[in-house]
Amino acid sequence: MRSSVIIFPGSNCDRDMDVALKKFGFKNQMVWHNDLSIPKSDLIVLPGGFSYGDYLRCGSIASKSKIIKSVIDFANSGGLVLGICNGFQILTETGLLKGILQQNKFLNFICSNVFVKVKDKQNKYFKDLKKDVLELHIAHNEGNYFCSDDELKSLEDNNQIAVTYCGDDGTENETTNPNGAIKNIAGIFNNNKNVLGMMPHPERMIDKYLSGEDGSLFFKNILDNFK
Amino acid sequence: MEVTEAVAVDHGLKKEEFSKICKLLKRIPNLTELAIFSAMWNEHCSYKSSRKHLKKMHTKGKQVIQGPGENAGVIDIGDDDAIVFKIESHNHPSFIEPYQGAATGVGGIMRDVFTMGARPIANLNSIHFGSPQHKKTRNLLRGVVKGIGGYGNCIGVPTIAGQTTFDESYNGNILVNAMTLGLVNKNKIFYSKAAGLDKPVIYVGSKTGRDGIHGASMASATFDDKIDEKKPTVQVGDPFTEKLLLEACLELMADNSIIAIQDMGAAGLTSSSVEMASKGNLGIELNLSKVPCREEKMTPYEIMLSESQERMLIVLEKGKEDHAKKIFDKWNLDFAVIGKTTNSKKIELIFDNKKVAEIPIDLLAENAPIYDRPWKKTKLPQKLNFDKDEFKSLKLSDCLKKILSNSNISDKKWIWDQYDHTVMGDTIQKPGGDAGVVRIHGTNKAVAASVDSSALYCFSHPLTGGKQIVCESYRNLISVGAKPIAITNCLNFGNPEKEKNMGEFVECVEGITEASKYLNFPVVSGNVSFYNETKDKGIKPTPTIGGVGLISDYQHMLTMEFKTEGNLVYVIGKTDGHLDQSIFARELLNEKKGPPPTVNLFNEKNIGETLLDLSRKNLIVSCHDVSLGGILTAISKMCIKGKKGIKINSLKGLTNKYEYFFGEDQARYIVEIPRASLKKVIEILNKYSVHFDDLGIIDGNSIKYNDDINLPIEELADAHKYWLKKYMDS
Repeated sequence: MRSSVIIFPGSNCDRDMDVALKKFGFKNQMVWHNDLSIPKSDLIVLPGGFSYGDYLRCGSIASKSKIIKSVIDFANSGGLVLGICNGFQILTETGLLKGILQQNKFLNFICSNVFVKVKDKQNKYFKDLKKDVLELHIAHNEGNYFCSDDELKSLEDNNQIAVTYCGDDGTENETTNPNGAIKNIAGIFNNNKNVLGMMPHPERMIDKYLSGEDGSLFFKNILDNFK
Repeated sequence: MEVTEAVAVDHGLKKEEFSKICKLLKRIPNLTELAIFSAMWNEHCSYKSSRKHLKKMHTKGKQVIQGPGENAGVIDIGDDDAIVFKIESHNHPSFIEPYQGAATGVGGIMRDVFTMGARPIANLNSIHFGSPQHKKTRNLLRGVVKGIGGYGNCIGVPTIAGQTTFDESYNGNILVNAMTLGLVNKNKIFYSKAAGLDKPVIYVGSKTGRDGIHGASMASATFDDKIDEKKPTVQVGDPFTEKLLLEACLELMADNSIIAIQDMGAAGLTSSSVEMASKGNLGIELNLSKVPCREEKMTPYEIMLSESQERMLIVLEKGKEDHAKKIFDKWNLDFAVIGKTTNSKKIELIFDNKKVAEIPIDLLAENAPIYDRPWKKTKLPQKLNFDKDEFKSLKLSDCLKKILSNSNISDKKWIWDQYDHTVMGDTIQKPGGDAGVVRIHGTNKAVAASVDSSALYCFSHPLTGGKQIVCESYRNLISVGAKPIAITNCLNFGNPEKEKNMGEFVECVEGITEASKYLNFPVVSGNVSFYNETKDKGIKPTPTIGGVGLISDYQHMLTMEFKTEGNLVYVIGKTDGHLDQSIFARELLNEKKGPPPTVNLFNEKNIGETLLDLSRKNLIVSCHDVSLGGILTAISKMCIKGKKGIKINSLKGLTNKYEYFFGEDQARYIVEIPRASLKKVIEILNKYSVHFDDLGIIDGNSIKYNDDINLPIEELADAHKYWLKKYMDS
């Protein structure tokens, strides 16, 4: 499976993502934000970091960068686009995903392991995933997902909520919500479920010496579903 | 403006220093020249009070590639890999403006590291605040933590360990010390020594603004009532630009275009240009009209003194200008050829086609004043005679809970949750352990790093305190299974013009030197911060040691949490029960006198090596050194982190259980031993003639000791984990 990771000025999880993708067998390439086209890919990843210094609003300047038109075209033609953390923020700014990411409820940056519940498996990311609850890692200041009532209803009606913050047993409530996100939302899909944005970083959880290994399941599952 | 003695004094120079300048120059300097002298001759840049003593430090070793004197120290960790590291203070600016002060402290130390060609792989910090009851403490702490996180998180370098303390002596002068480790190929290290004539001098990075002017002079003076007026001397950081600068510099460093490179830190363009020329024994000519400026009508005076952040000065090979410019254009950074190297051995400044300054380099560097300041020895305080009958009214379990929730012992998760500690995907030991550990990407190796200081011990007896912190750093590295290699130090002291403060400095340095020599743990970089004093009240002497060690196979890394029920727990090293200067004495007895625990360097080394032998042979499964709060505090932390209890054996032949459990004797570790390894462990302990106590067995969910203690781990965890969070929320 061929993947491309876009590097924006200020991206800082680009290398980590490259390492993770290659570890599980993706043929990955790095693409510079000023390029106009993306090499032939089956998956495009917008990595975490502080694109353009998070100036103006997180992700907003990146959503107007040169490369982004190719990303939008690719997504609209059904290609898989994954945005992690700042990548998720960029996807909401482009309009590919609904809603916004506000500052965390307690106004602090949070770097911590979290559990997320996989809410939908009828998609190319989570289909046939063996687990329902994954232990992943978050590191963000603006991860507090918010959208209008209408948008929330349509996300729920179309099963577009991808993952929600929960306890290790899958309980979703206020205490298992690290950043105040509406309905504990940690990640969502677009209508066709080919675009996924989520705050947790699977690329930081890919071997037993790190914070955990559930990130490996995530990447392997994408590959398995592609075969 | 006419330069007079009064103007010189306003610039922080002493009267006799001004007359020395006039004599050396054989004329009165103009204002720009005076500014350059004041920037180069202040304490911060010239080390004029400390240099005499720093020379004595132990700085050499088999693994040392670069000792003090460069942007950072460099050590060899095998296979062409080298670690570049340094710690630096940003105390004065952080007190005036905590967010920007701390943020630019982190930015500055990272630049020192990547200036040498290394990619930063880990950050650490040691931060010290006034009493929790002091009205400024909460906001200063919040601002500093946000500043450190705001900068490090954005750059994408994990913050892997740190230290936070509270003491009323920091009420008017907080301390913010930031440390960075970088990884470099040992054949591709860049230095700041210029070489060759007529080579282009390049300015890259951010534009120059009016921020931070006189920053270095501000850090070379004590504070008074007008401190808020000093806000404009604090620099403003932009981590986004630094991230671009980092990537652009590393890209340019991939080939052989750079002759010398120096970041513009304290005293900005002045100190970077003078240092490069001085090291290369050359002259330098700069055309200040070509310096990219952020604001209009900046004068040569302002351009030379600005401490705007995220800027570098590079001496380039001739003909490489276009190649270099392309890289900086790609990263959207300013690039300007602003001068050249010359054979004049002078710094010559041109502005609007006129020469505005001309000073021989050696007057600024070698001829800078050096002082042999008078100092006073601190006598070793007499050991206290505690009334042990008084202890009897204290319940062990109450003492333990009180100590665990003490501001200096309690869990600092509230802080490090705000630092990205996992970016780069190689953090295998997070903050909260004895040391942070990151893997050397793509290898089996890992480096461990820890920051330590013991102001109370240093205040009580600087010589012992100096030795003790080096040992503590050594132990923290060993506790995670790392072989200690070298240290960096940040020497935070009060006013060196006072004999007592100067004495504290001299004797702490002596202690550090003695221990680092004995333990073969050389100092490779560091920084001195004097004048941490407000309205005549100085801080307790706070030398901070940043230690770095190597784990050759990270599968042998150790952590402190208890692992398995039924495993045995041993105390390695002898406990005499030294309570003077302990947390127990302060918190429970309100006793602040007495000497710090004795440091026995032979024991430190011997026991340290024993522990390394045990960990390499995989005979122990957890390890934690015993420090503040003694044995009972140490095992409580191991229980809390492992969510497991311990049954402590009845201790026979003990002098006193309070002394045993809370004494702060040095050179001790607690280890967890699987039963199957016990025989081998004891053989090794006997081989090294190391004292050990069979403390107990991992069991259940509480700490139990005879009828004295029966404390559920959850209750202890509550006492330990939430003090800081509650304090910050209140």
